[in-house]
Amino acid sequence: MGETTLNGFGAKAARKSGLRGVVEDWSSDQRAFKSASWGKAMMWIFLLSDTFVFGCFLLAYMTARMSTTEPWPDANEVFALHIGGANIPLILIAIMTFVLISSSGTMAMAVNYAYRRNRNVTVALLLVTAALGATFVGMQAFEWTKLITEGVRPWGNPWGAAQFGSSFFMITGFHGTHVTFGVIFLLIVARKVWRGDYDRGTPGFFTSRRGDYEHVEIMGLYWHFVDLVWVFIFAFFYLW
Amino acid sequence: MVDATHRAGGVIPPAEVPELELYHPKSWWTTYVFSQDAKVIAIQYAGTAMAIGLVALMLSWLIRLQLGFPGTFDFITPDAYYQFVTMHGMIMVIYLLTALFLGGFGNYLIPLMVGARDMVFPYANMLSYWIYLLAVLVLVASFFVPGGPTGAGWTLYPPQALLNGTPGGQELGIILMLVSLILFIIGFTMGGLNYVVTVLQGRTRGMTLMRMPLTVWGIFTATVMALLAFPALFVACVMMLFDRVLGTSFFMPALVEMGELTSHGGGSPILFQHLFWFFGHPEVYIVALPAFGIVSDLISTHARKNIFGYRMMVWAIVIIGALSFVVWAHHMYVSGMHPLFGFFFATTTLIIAVPTAIKVYNWILTLWRGDIHLTLPMLFALAFIVTFLNGGLTGLFLGNVVVDVPLSDTMFVVAHFHMVMGVAPILVIFGAIYHWYPKITGRMLNQQLGLFHFWVTFVGAYAIFFPMHYLGLVGAPRRYPELGGTAFIPESVADLNAFISITAFVVGFAQLVFLFNLIWSLRYGKEAGPNPWRATTLEWQTPTTPPPHGNWGDERPVVYRWAYDYSVPGAPQDFIPQNDPWPDKPLTRPA
Repeated sequence: MGETTLNGFGAKAARKSGLRGVVEDWSSDQRAFKSASWGKAMMWIFLLSDTFVFGCFLLAYMTARMSTTEPWPDANEVFALHIGGANIPLILIAIMTFVLISSSGTMAMAVNYAYRRNRNVTVALLLVTAALGATFVGMQAFEWTKLITEGVRPWGNPWGAAQFGSSFFMITGFHGTHVTFGVIFLLIVARKVWRGDYDRGTPGFFTSRRGDYEHVEIMGLYWHFVDLVWVFIFAFFYLW
Repeated sequence: MVDATHRAGGVIPPAEVPELELYHPKSWWTTYVFSQDAKVIAIQYAGTAMAIGLVALMLSWLIRLQLGFPGTFDFITPDAYYQFVTMHGMIMVIYLLTALFLGGFGNYLIPLMVGARDMVFPYANMLSYWIYLLAVLVLVASFFVPGGPTGAGWTLYPPQALLNGTPGGQELGIILMLVSLILFIIGFTMGGLNYVVTVLQGRTRGMTLMRMPLTVWGIFTATVMALLAFPALFVACVMMLFDRVLGTSFFMPALVEMGELTSHGGGSPILFQHLFWFFGHPEVYIVALPAFGIVSDLISTHARKNIFGYRMMVWAIVIIGALSFVVWAHHMYVSGMHPLFGFFFATTTLIIAVPTAIKVYNWILTLWRGDIHLTLPMLFALAFIVTFLNGGLTGLFLGNVVVDVPLSDTMFVVAHFHMVMGVAPILVIFGAIYHWYPKITGRMLNQQLGLFHFWVTFVGAYAIFFPMHYLGLVGAPRRYPELGGTAFIPESVADLNAFISITAFVVGFAQLVFLFNLIWSLRYGKEAGPNPWRATTLEWQTPTTPPPHGNWGDERPVVYRWAYDYSVPGAPQDFIPQNDPWPDKPLTRPA
C-alpha cells in the first residue's frame, strides 16, 4: 500500500539539511514531514497527546503529594520485598524496570529484522517483547496484591496520606493498561508478520487497508513511549 | 517546493504519495450509516450536534422561564434550575460547538479544501463519530436516571459537584456526565488525529500550508489545541470519577456535610480548577479559531476581495493558539490564588488581544472598498465581527484582576461569554451553513426564510445579551435561580429579566424556522450549480455537486495559487480558482 510507505515511490529530490531544510519542508506542498508516512505521523501526534495525559496525571500527583497535610509513606519501606531475612528496598521495581527496558531492546531489534524481511526472527523478537511486557504487567499485579494485602486502598492506607494509594493505583494502573494494550497489539502484529500479511499486502480486517512492515516500527514507537513514561513514573513515584 | 508565494506559476513538483485507496462500501448500511466517507461522517456529526443542541436550546428556555418569571412555574425547583444550567452549558460548549466545528465542518471541509480524497484514516474517522454518538447518548441518559442529571454547573467544581446537596452529586448524574466526557475525548482524539495528519501529510500537489484557506488553518490549529488540552479534562474527569466511585480524595478536602464529616480528606479542589481550565481556556479558542477561519473565507468571497494580510491572519491564529495555553488561571481570580499569579495571567490574557485585534482589523480592511454582496453568509459574517468585537471588549474588563473580582459572580460574565463564545461562533456556524449548503446538497437555502432567521437571531441575540451587561453592573448575581428581595438590586432588574426571557423565546423559535429551511430546501431549494458564490477554494471546483465518495474524478486537483484571488486585475473573471493555472494558459472553465 503506497501511502503508508515511502519506499520506492516517486523521485526523491535533494533536500537541504538543518534549519533551512525544516523551513523548506514546511513551506512545501503535499507533506510537511517528508520522511514520515501517515501512520507514523499519526502515532507521533497521538503520543504527543498521550504525553499530556501522563503529564497531567503526574503533575496532579505531585500537587496532591505537596499539598496534603499528612505524611507521605516512605517509598523505600513500602516498596521493599522481604527476601532471605532482609528487607530489600525497591527490588521488585528494579526488576520490573529492567524487564520493561529490555523489552524496548527486543522491540528495536524486531523493527530492524522486519525491515530486512526476516519474518522468523521478527516474530520471535515480537513475541519476546510481548512476553516481557506481560511479565511486567504480571509483576505489577503481584505488587498490587502485596500492597492490597497490606491494607493499601484507593481511599486510604496504614502509613499516611490517603492520596498515596489513590495516586499509586491510578497512575500505575493507567500505565499498566497501556502496557496491556501494547501486548495485545504486539501479538496482533506478530501474527500478521508470521502469516506474511505484510509481504502480500493483505487488507486489514477492520480498516481494509493494506499493511506493510512499517507497522512494526509504528508499534515500536508506541512501545518505546510506554517505556519512557515508565521511567518518569519510576523517578517521580518510587525514587522521590 | 521553493515557490511558497501566493502567486500563480512556479514549479509544481511531482506527486510524493500515490492515490489513497478508498474503502468501497458494498451495502446501504456501509454507504450511509457506517460510512467511512468524511462527508457522510460530517453530516452525521452535524446532525447529532444540532439535535443535542436543540435540547440545550430548550433548556435555555426553561432557564429563562425561571429567571424572567420567578415563582410562576412550580416544576422549576432550584435543583431543576441548576440541572438546566449545567446541561445547557455543557451541551452547548462541548457537544454542540466543538463537535460541530471540528467533527462537522472539519470533516466536510478539510479533505475538500486541501484536495484530498478523504481523511487519511477513514476507519478511525468513522469510529470517532460513533463514540461521539455514544457520549451524547450517555449524556442524554442522565436525564432519565434517578435524581436526574448533575446540577454542579458546567464547570463541575468539586467539592460541591460530589455532595448530597447538589443534584446528581450522590446519584448517577455526575457519574454519567464524567463518563460521557471521557467518551467524547476518546472519540474526538480519533477524529482529531485524522484532521491534523490530513492537513500536514495529505495535501494535493501545489497545496502548500501558506496556500491553504484560512478555514483549514483555523480548524487545524484548533484541533492541535484540542489534542493537547483535552488530556487535562480527561485526567480531571478520571480523578473525579475515582473520587465519586472509589472514594479517593484527589479533589475532596475534609468537610462536614449535613452535620457529618464526609469520608474524604486532604484533596485539593483548586487542583481540579487548574486541570479544568487548562482545558477550559483553550476550549474557548478551539471554538473560536474555526470561526475565525471560516469568517475570513466568507468575507473574502462575498466581498470579492482578497483577504487582507493573509500571512498575518495565519500567524495570528497560531499565536492565539499558543498563548491560550498560558492564560487559564484568569478564570480563577476569585479562587484565592497568589496575587502575583493573577498579575502574570492578566498580562498574558491582555497580550492575546493583540493577535485578535489584528484579525478584526484585517477583516475590516478586507471589507474596505470591497464589492460587498449582502448575501446571507456575508450578513452572518458581519454580525460575527461586531458581536465578537463586543464580547472581546468586555473580555478586557474581565481579564484585569481588579475589575474581574467585583464582576466575577455577576450576570456581566454571562453576557461576556455568551457574546464572545456563544453567539459569535453560532453566527459563524449559521453563515457557514448558508455558504456550504449548496455544495452539500446541490440546492440553495431559501433566501426569505434566511433573512427572517438572520434578523431575528442577530437583533434578538443583542436584545438578550446586551442588557445582561447592565444587570451585571448593577450587581445581579449569576447562578441564582431567583433574586428575591435583595436590597441593592432595583425593581427594574425583574422587568429587564422578563424582557430578556420573552426575547429568548422569540429567538429560539426563529431557529425552528432555520431547521425548517434546512429540510424544505433539500427538496424545493433553487438549484445551486457547482459554484454559486463564484468562490476560488477547491471544494467549489469538484467535478460533481454534491461531491461523491472520493471527492475528485479521476485526478486530484493541482493547486497553482492561494485561495484569495478575487478581482485580480486583467483576469477574465473576478475570481480565479486555486486549481486554475492562469495566466499560464487561458481559462477553460465556464463561469
